[in-house]
Amino acid sequence: MAERRTGAKKKQAGTDVPSRLAVRKTYKLYLGGAFPRSESGRSYPVTSADGDHLANASLASRKDARDAVVAARKAFGDWSGRTAYNRGQILYRVAEVLEGRRAQFVDQVMTFQGATRAEADRIVSATIDDWVHHAGWTDKFAQVLGGVNPVAGPYYNHSAPEPTGVVVVFAPQNAPLLGLTSVVAPIIATGNTAVVVASENAPLVAIDLAEVFATSDLPGGVVNLLTGRVDELGPHLAAHADVDALDLTGCGQRAVEFEKTAAATLTRVLRPGPEADADEGVWLNSTPGTTRLAAFLETKTVWHPIGM
Amino acid sequence: MPHTTTAPEAMTNRSLRAYLYGLPGVDEVGAAARAKDLSTRSVKTTAKATAIDLAISMVDLTTLEGADTPGKVRALCTKAAHPDPADRTVPTVGAVCVYPDMVANAVTALRGTGVEVASVATAFPSGRAPLEAKLVDTRHAVAEGATEIDMVIDRGAFLAGDYLKVFEEITAVKEACGDAHLKVILETGELVTYDNVRRASHLAIRAGADFIKTSTGKIAPAATLPVVLVMLEAVRDHHAATGRRVGVKPAGGIRTTKDAIRHLVLVNETTGPAWLTPDLFRIGASSLLNDLLMQRTKLTTGTYPGPDHYTQD
Repeated sequence: MAERRTGAKKKQAGTDVPSRLAVRKTYKLYLGGAFPRSESGRSYPVTSADGDHLANASLASRKDARDAVVAARKAFGDWSGRTAYNRGQILYRVAEVLEGRRAQFVDQVMTFQGATRAEADRIVSATIDDWVHHAGWTDKFAQVLGGVNPVAGPYYNHSAPEPTGVVVVFAPQNAPLLGLTSVVAPIIATGNTAVVVASENAPLVAIDLAEVFATSDLPGGVVNLLTGRVDELGPHLAAHADVDALDLTGCGQRAVEFEKTAAATLTRVLRPGPEADADEGVWLNSTPGTTRLAAFLETKTVWHPIGM
Repeated sequence: MPHTTTAPEAMTNRSLRAYLYGLPGVDEVGAAARAKDLSTRSVKTTAKATAIDLAISMVDLTTLEGADTPGKVRALCTKAAHPDPADRTVPTVGAVCVYPDMVANAVTALRGTGVEVASVATAFPSGRAPLEAKLVDTRHAVAEGATEIDMVIDRGAFLAGDYLKVFEEITAVKEACGDAHLKVILETGELVTYDNVRRASHLAIRAGADFIKTSTGKIAPAATLPVVLVMLEAVRDHHAATGRRVGVKPAGGIRTTKDAIRHLVLVNETTGPAWLTPDLFRIGASSLLNDLLMQRTKLTTGTYPGPDHYTQD
């Protein structure tokens, strides 16, 4: 990283004592609550907005994607079965831990994305606020999106939204922190588990965010992060029969192809919206709304006779 | 290691002991290293497809629960005959393995399918019953139509050094089996050392076992690769000495296609390809079959299937 180069130059004049070697982080994947390297052993270089080499990220393979789906499926029963209140507490905890690491994330947004300090500060604040926002939604979306239906008979008729299951998310390419949070938070707030393919060219901050997940009581496997190529991972994830839904926001030109592939296994799909290619600034000025909360829910309707 | 050439003349505890203690000791570190080394073999594409079909045909689809019902056994038999209802090119499994009182149900459900009916017997899984009871158990299962009997050895007697008792029980059960194949469960998890596994293997083979089987599935650790290696070596040595081929059946703990293929590699490298047939190698399992079917579907369609698409037991 940049620190290392400047650090190495800081030899004190007149002495042979080298300055301390920088400890550089190995950016790995986040699967099932652990941080493994890619099964393939591959990595790819990640550069800053100015073209400086920042670090190598793991280049996830088809098998990593499969492992991620297995981990997400395993975590789904527990996560969807928790009370909405408990999920809200955990999402709020993500915001708390993120707040504690604010300085680190501000630095990273500046280094990785070339933002000014003021911009980076606003992006990190909005990210933290987004987690609080969705923590609040966990026990409210059921009232807003479900309820009692009017029927012409001696029955009660209730509709209740339930989580879809394992959702694969292609995170926004140009908004690696706030954009990623804005698509992932509503998915897990409603009880789904997620396999996230991070932004290809700016994946590092996503893995830093995974460290926040890992220390926020979020059960392992609820969010699984892959760094790598959409072109390589996408077709397999879109065709996977154990994936229940796809968020195609960050998959660019291949959205139509993936949607067609997903149709073969009856996978629910959220098409990329106008914000798909937007940078953090656009996400900063948009209101979350309920579209993303409602996109990955199945409505269960129950008839019940009155008086029994 | 042709140490198995001379069988003891008169069967006494003393002669059996001398014979079993004359077997070479197992190099534990070597066995573990050999098994680990062989488990890194890469089996892909067409070889993998062949291995998966072979593994499916070797599965002894097992249900050994107190909660088994005739309905559950029927469902299991249907699955044994048609593992993947959506794909009729999938081979049938080797056998269905049930408790003796469920044999009649399985025989009815499997008539005409070519799938064998195996039954555990001899006071499975502990084997703690008088010999008379064990023989009645066995005869009942055979009379009901079981073509394979999975018996347990008396581990207590084996560990206490009463090898003659173990030997005589196996021969008595073998006689009670009649035409049915006899698989002898060593319960390697309770035998503690690989040396004991080798001795128990040779003892069972000598007493007339058609198959030697690792475990009941009720004790952990069950089938581990080094244990299966030691048992395969015993079978190989016996064949070299006498020309008789005895089968091996690992059971318990094999849940993934990868595990199953590792066992097949082990068989191929230890006893040779002659053992790569359901007549000489079986895998006792229940959840393994679904994983084999999922991997098979992945190979034929290119799509990872989900576990929701397959029946639970």
